[in-house]
Formats: sequence, C-alpha cells, structure tokens
Amino acid sequence: MDDRAHLIRAAVIWVVLAVIADLIVGFLVAPHMPPGHFSNTASDQTRINNVLALVMTPIGVGVITFLVYALVCFRQPPGPLQDGPPVRGHRRLQAGWVGVTAAIVLVLAVLGTAELIEAPNGRAGAGAGGGQGATPISSPGGNPLQVQVIAQQWQFTYRFPQYGGVETFSLALPVGRTVEFHVTSIDVIHSFWAYQLGVKADAVPGADNIAYTTPEHVGLFQIRCAELCGLWHGYMAAHGHVLPAAGWRRWIAHARVANAPATHYLPTYAKVYYPAPLERGG
Amino acid sequence: MSSPEKPTASMPATPPGRNGLLTFNVIWGLVGLVVGYAIGLWIGHRLGSRFDWVAEIDYNDIAVLLGYALGTIGYLAGLGILNHPIARLFGRSAGDVARRTGWGRYARASTDHKVIGNQYLIGIGVFFFIGGVNAMLIRTELLHPTTPTFSPGQYLTIVGLHGSMMIMMVSSIILGPFGHYFVPLMIGSRRMAFPRIEALSFWLLPLAGLILTSTIAYGGFPTGWTGYPTLGSQADIGMDGYLFSFALVGVGMILNALNMLVTVLNYRAPGMTWGRLPIFVWSMLTTSVLMLLGPPMLLAAAFMEVLDRTSGTTFFSAPTGGSPFLWENLFWFFGHPEVYILALPGFGIVLEILPVFARKPLWGYRLAVSGMLGVTLLSFMVWQHHLFVSGINSSLRPFYMLTTELISVPTGFIFLVGIATLWRARIRYTVPMLFALAFFVNFLIGGLSGVYLSDVPSDVTLHGSFFVMAHFHYTIMGGLVFAFFAGIYYWLPKMAGVELNETLGKIHFWTAFVFFNSTFLPLFAVGMLGMPRRTATYAPHLQFLNVWVSISAFLLGGSMLVFLGNFVWSLVVARVPAPANPWMARSLEWQLPTPVPVANFDGPVRILAGPYEYGDPSAPPVLEIGPAVVPSAGD
Repeated sequence: MDDRAHLIRAAVIWVVLAVIADLIVGFLVAPHMPPGHFSNTASDQTRINNVLALVMTPIGVGVITFLVYALVCFRQPPGPLQDGPPVRGHRRLQAGWVGVTAAIVLVLAVLGTAELIEAPNGRAGAGAGGGQGATPISSPGGNPLQVQVIAQQWQFTYRFPQYGGVETFSLALPVGRTVEFHVTSIDVIHSFWAYQLGVKADAVPGADNIAYTTPEHVGLFQIRCAELCGLWHGYMAAHGHVLPAAGWRRWIAHARVANAPATHYLPTYAKVYYPAPLERGG
Repeated sequence: MSSPEKPTASMPATPPGRNGLLTFNVIWGLVGLVVGYAIGLWIGHRLGSRFDWVAEIDYNDIAVLLGYALGTIGYLAGLGILNHPIARLFGRSAGDVARRTGWGRYARASTDHKVIGNQYLIGIGVFFFIGGVNAMLIRTELLHPTTPTFSPGQYLTIVGLHGSMMIMMVSSIILGPFGHYFVPLMIGSRRMAFPRIEALSFWLLPLAGLILTSTIAYGGFPTGWTGYPTLGSQADIGMDGYLFSFALVGVGMILNALNMLVTVLNYRAPGMTWGRLPIFVWSMLTTSVLMLLGPPMLLAAAFMEVLDRTSGTTFFSAPTGGSPFLWENLFWFFGHPEVYILALPGFGIVLEILPVFARKPLWGYRLAVSGMLGVTLLSFMVWQHHLFVSGINSSLRPFYMLTTELISVPTGFIFLVGIATLWRARIRYTVPMLFALAFFVNFLIGGLSGVYLSDVPSDVTLHGSFFVMAHFHYTIMGGLVFAFFAGIYYWLPKMAGVELNETLGKIHFWTAFVFFNSTFLPLFAVGMLGMPRRTATYAPHLQFLNVWVSISAFLLGGSMLVFLGNFVWSLVVARVPAPANPWMARSLEWQLPTPVPVANFDGPVRILAGPYEYGDPSAPPVLEIGPAVVPSAGD
C-alpha cells in the first residue's frame, strides 16, 4: 500500500471514531457533566465543559488513531534490520498543522474572552463565579445581595452589610437573586468553594475578592476550603442552603434578632479586616 | 566552528595517590555538615535569644537557618569543593581537573561528567523512591473518607514532602543523569565547560534533600510544595528547612543551566552545526534557559520569606503593608517554567529515541526545535493561570488564558514530529521504545485536560481540585517519568556497561502503563465532582473511586519495585556486558566504546553527518576521530 492509501485509511478510521466518540460525549456524558445547573455560574461552567469536551475529543481520538495505526502497520519485519524511507519533512503538512492548531487555539481564546466579559441580560460573564478581585471585569447590573465571606482557621463566617452587618456561622441564600460574594481572610490564605454554586474565590488576608452567582434551585450546596490553610484544612467544610425568597427573609430576620448582642461588638463592616499581628505556631 | 578543546594532557586519567581515608569525600562532607550545623545553632542561640521575638516563642529560626548555612559550608569544605577557590584566592596553583578511576570516585566531588551523570542517577533515584513512598502513604490515608490513618499534621508533612521531593529534588531527573553524561558525548566534547561547578551543582542536591527530609524531625512543613507564605509565616521551623533546601536546589539549577548553556554553545566539535545537534541536546539547551531565568525568582522569594521569619520584615504580611500576592507571583513565575523544566527533557528523550527504533530520520527536525523554543518562550508568560480565582486583577484573565492556550501549539509540534516519524517506519518494540510511545499517550491526556484549566470558567470549579492533580501527574509522571524510564533503558548499557533484563523491563512497562492510567484517569472525575487537593477527608460518595485509585496506586508502586529489582539484579548480580552499540543507533554517543574512555575521545573529533540519517545509504558515518594528539609541553 502506498503512502496516500495509508493516510486515507487512517483518516477514515479517525473520522468514524471521532463521530462515535463525540456522539457518546454529547448524548451520554454531557447531560451529567459537573458541576451541574444549580446556579447560573454552574450552568455556564457546565456548558463550557461540554463545548471543550466536544472539541477535545476528536483531537485526542485523532492523535491516538494515527499513533496506533502507525504502531500496528509499520512494524519491523523479521530478518535483518531494515530502514524506513529517509523522509525528513513535508513543508505543506507542517505549515498546515501550525495553521490549524493555531486557529483552533485562537478561536477558543476569542470565544473564552467573549464569555468572560460579555454580560447579556444584565448577567455577569461566565467566569464571574471565580474570584475577580476588587475590580471585576464582569459584573451583573441591579442590586445584588452582598455577602461577605470571612475565612479564618478553620471556618467561614458570613456578614450581610445590607442587613445591619449581621454575621452568621451558616450561609443561606435566596433563590433567583444575584449574590455578590466579598471573600476575605483574617489569618492565612483560604479559598471559598461553593461547589454546586460554581463559585470559588481565594480568601486572601488584606484583599477583597468578589464573585457573583445567582442560585436557580432550592436546596443544599457544599462549602469547602480549597486552599491549604493548615492543620484542619481537610475538615473546613460545611453546607449552605438556598431557600425560597420568603423563607430566606424569615431566616435573615431571625439571624438579625438572634445575633443582635454579638453584632453590637463586631467591628464596623469593612472590605478587609486587620486583626492583631499574626500569632505563630498555629 | 573551531574547538576550544585543550589536548588530553590537562586531564590525566589516573592521578597518583590520595586514595586513602584522609581525602576529601562525602563522609568528611557529612562530618563538616554536622560540625557546621552545630556551630551555627550555637551562634544563633547566642545571638537570637536577645531578640524579643525569639524570646517569646519556644524556637529560634535564626539558629536553625544559621546552622543550615554553616553546615552547607562545612559540607562543601569536607567534600573538597572549596579547595580550588581557596587555592586561587591565595594565588596558588589550582591543580588539574583530575579524573579518577575506581569506585571511590563516586563518593567524591568528581569533575568527570560521566561520573557526575551516574551520581545524579543514584541520587535522584533515591529521592524519587522517597517521594514514591510518600505517595503510597497519601493513598493509604485516602482509602477512607473520614477515618484518619495519620494525624492531620503528619498528613500535611507527607503531602508536602511528596510534592517537594518530586518537583524540586527530582526536577533534574533527566538533565542530571542523562544531560551530564551524554551532552558532552553527543556534541563531541571531552568535558562540560565548568567541571568544578558541575560537581558543586550535583553535591548541592543531596544536601538539599537531606535538609528537606530532616524537616520531619521538626514536625515537617504544612504548606505543600508551594509554600504560600501566610501559612508559611505561621509554620514551625520545618518551614526553614523547606526554604533553605529550595534555595539550594535553585542555586544548583542556575549553576547547572550556565554550565549546560556554555557547553552547548562553545564546546561543540567541528562539524557539529546547529542543524546536526541531536534533539536531546536541544531539549537540554532550552531547559537550561528556563533553569537560568526561573529559579532567581524562587531564590528572591525564599530570601524574603526567610527575612520575614527571622528579622521581622513584612514582605508577605498584609496588616503591615506586605502582600501574600507577592509570593504567589514570584513563586509561580518560577513555578510555571519549572513544570516545563520537567516537560522539555521528556520531549527531548522521546524524540531522540523514536528515530532509532523507527529506523527513520527525525521528521521535521526544525519543527521540533521551534516547538521547544516556543514552549521556552511562552512558559514565562502564563504563570497567572495558577491565580485565576486568587483575586488578582481580573482584567488580566483574557491575556493569561490566551498565552496558556497558545502553549499547546508548540507542544503540538512535538506530537506531529513524533507521529510523522513513526509513519511508514520499521518500528522495533524494545523497552525504551515502549516507554517513549506511552509518553505520547499520557502527555496527550495531560495536555488536553490542561485546556480545561486554561479556560477561566471551567477553571473556577477545577482549580485546586483533584482534576489539577490528575492533570499534572499526567504531564510529569506520565510524561517526564515515563521519558526517564525510556532514557534509562536506552542509555544504561552505555552508562553502566550492562544490559537491563528485557523481560522484567516489559513487565515493568506494562504494569506501569496500565496502573498509571488506572490511578490517574479516575482522579479527573474525582476532581470534577468536587474533591479538593491536600485534604485528608472527602465526601463519602467518592469513596469507591478513591479506593480504586488507591489500589491502582499501590500496584503502580509495585511496578516501580519491579524496576528497582531489575536495576539491582542487572547491575549487581547478572551483569550481562552490553555491546558498544546494542540498538544499532547512529548518534554520537553509541559510536564510542563501552565503557567510555576517561577522556571520551582519543583524538580530535570531526562531525560528518547528522545523527538521524537512517535509511539514507549515501550518508557518511556520523564522526571521525583523528589520531591522538601528542601533549604539548607546559599545558
């Protein structure tokens, strides 16, 4: 068989396998793709994960197909050692490869940038669930619910500046309302990870790290610390609740009353808190 | 180009005398280390106890760091590495670049690049297995979602040691053994450019490893290998060992890089044009560029953290004007090139091995070189993708997303070159070839999973999860370590003069390949389902996958024991002598006899052809060695 026939045969195998693999990814994997659809940011991430999976699968299948094809078809025959043809390159193929891979990458980067910045219908861009620092490049309009997440070794507490600066040990959010997290830390670097919400933002001492999300379902979500923060890092986990709007208003009203004595002694609400100098030996 | 080689007389093969106990060797180095450490500790306590800071707490960072510093000087003095600079300081003769024979040379600061290559092989091999044992312990802890095997402090120590061993101590696993042994042989040189610096850069490594391991006695360090400083500032004196040993490795890397760059630039034999340079040498060259420009950032960061811990400066402390982001930027400006310091040598080895067992020239030599150069350049522009959710200015996100995705273009060149070299080839399935082929499969998965991490929205969930962990184990373990094994099966017949057992080698390969994938493929799912890195606990519904992964990891560890058994059996017991060119390879190092003569080449070398001219009957032999030069007087 000549060179051209080998190439055509391998390419046909690739196309067939790539179509099958993409069908599997599209119809069997994609409906279950993490992190799910609990919030708008989680949905955005799930959608992008699926797009990337559909783009990556044919590329990966292609490399494996041509590799395995070569390994099966071009073996050293028994007998004295034979040399292959002394081919040193192919200008058009090389240029084509450079062009195609660069084009795929540029398309992905341009689409990704658009996803990051664009905010249709007053929503934040797709990356808004990740901590954007004090000056987000993408933020939703309107009047979001502000929640300050204060990390310390080894737990998160939450402050609600729009509700008298009350600070709670547990987190509840109203369904359907955009939340603006302000994540900060008072000792070491932590990371606030609300998995089902598609939110992750590092809690850095002295920094105000903003992340957005809009919960779309009522239910529980996991909270974990995602940055190594010392001895009990593995145990820095909790559950949060997404409540119906009326239920959440009752929850926050109750929290304000129940925590009123403690709220009185809290420092005034600020973007960051500087505690006493760091104690060593934690 | 003209060769700057001196005639052989400057390197006498067996200098007389000085073989007894009272000579400079590693035992005296260890004695010097202990003595220096004790003196430093004593001075530190005398000085430090006057500071309020030290008086208030029950340990003294100043004393420990002074101990490490003076211990390092004692260690280098005991090894005899300081003899040359001290002699030159007093205007005395520096002596010859001596090349000894016999087993004793392996315990000394040798200036023979072949001895240093073998020293690296053993030294780094030890660190690799220490790191591997730590991995087994981590997987033991993760067998159950909540019931702990180790205390939280022990677990963090194990995690930190595993990461530091594998990423810092083992970072030169290819450049150390194979780069030092074969780069001079492949370019037709008799030596590296700076043999004494070469010895120094090797001997810093066991010292750094010793200091890092000794932190166990001080309670370890809790930060993992990234050493983020708010936690690092809070940590016990184990953190000082971490900082000091990372700085030592950084110095070793910079010295190594300078040596390698100067050697490849200036010590090529006549006829060794840039177009004939073996692709492995190109990978060493580009790796050296990274090792020259990355580690200074690490050194600067480590020095600042040492000052924060000992002198009360506040580079990284937010309440008093510093910023933890400073460490994150400096560390990852080193840390991202570092992962390409790990990846590029792998590219070099597999592309070096493919033509030999495909019996075809390397397809697209220039494309492969430009791929490596492109990776080198881009790797300095991507570091903030480690910080997408850290709260650093988010308007930088699109730029780092673009550069990170762009780096897959030059990496793709390597894949095209590899597959096209195999196309219409005559493939021999030897053990090194199997490992080189597995490199492509593993690195492909590692690379494709990296695209998810480069895309900010996907990274929001995946950052800091087991997905990241699986991704970089695919590139480092599946890439670098598989390439290292390809290299050791390929080159050990030249380095040690004996063949490794092929049956055991094939068992090692298949178990390693199967259990590697069975260990790390499920971890992508574990990470996507929300399990963070470096935690001893996880959600109960992830237990099945974790137990599967742990069992696979233990079997992968068993596979490494097969290799260890093969290595010891072949080298110590069986000792089947290897022919000079067992693979019928064309490249320069295989044209030399085994064992390689002490001065490498007996006469002046002239390179006549490239190393990959398989299948071309008109190609001349790769080199000719002229008649031996009579040493001229006074040289």
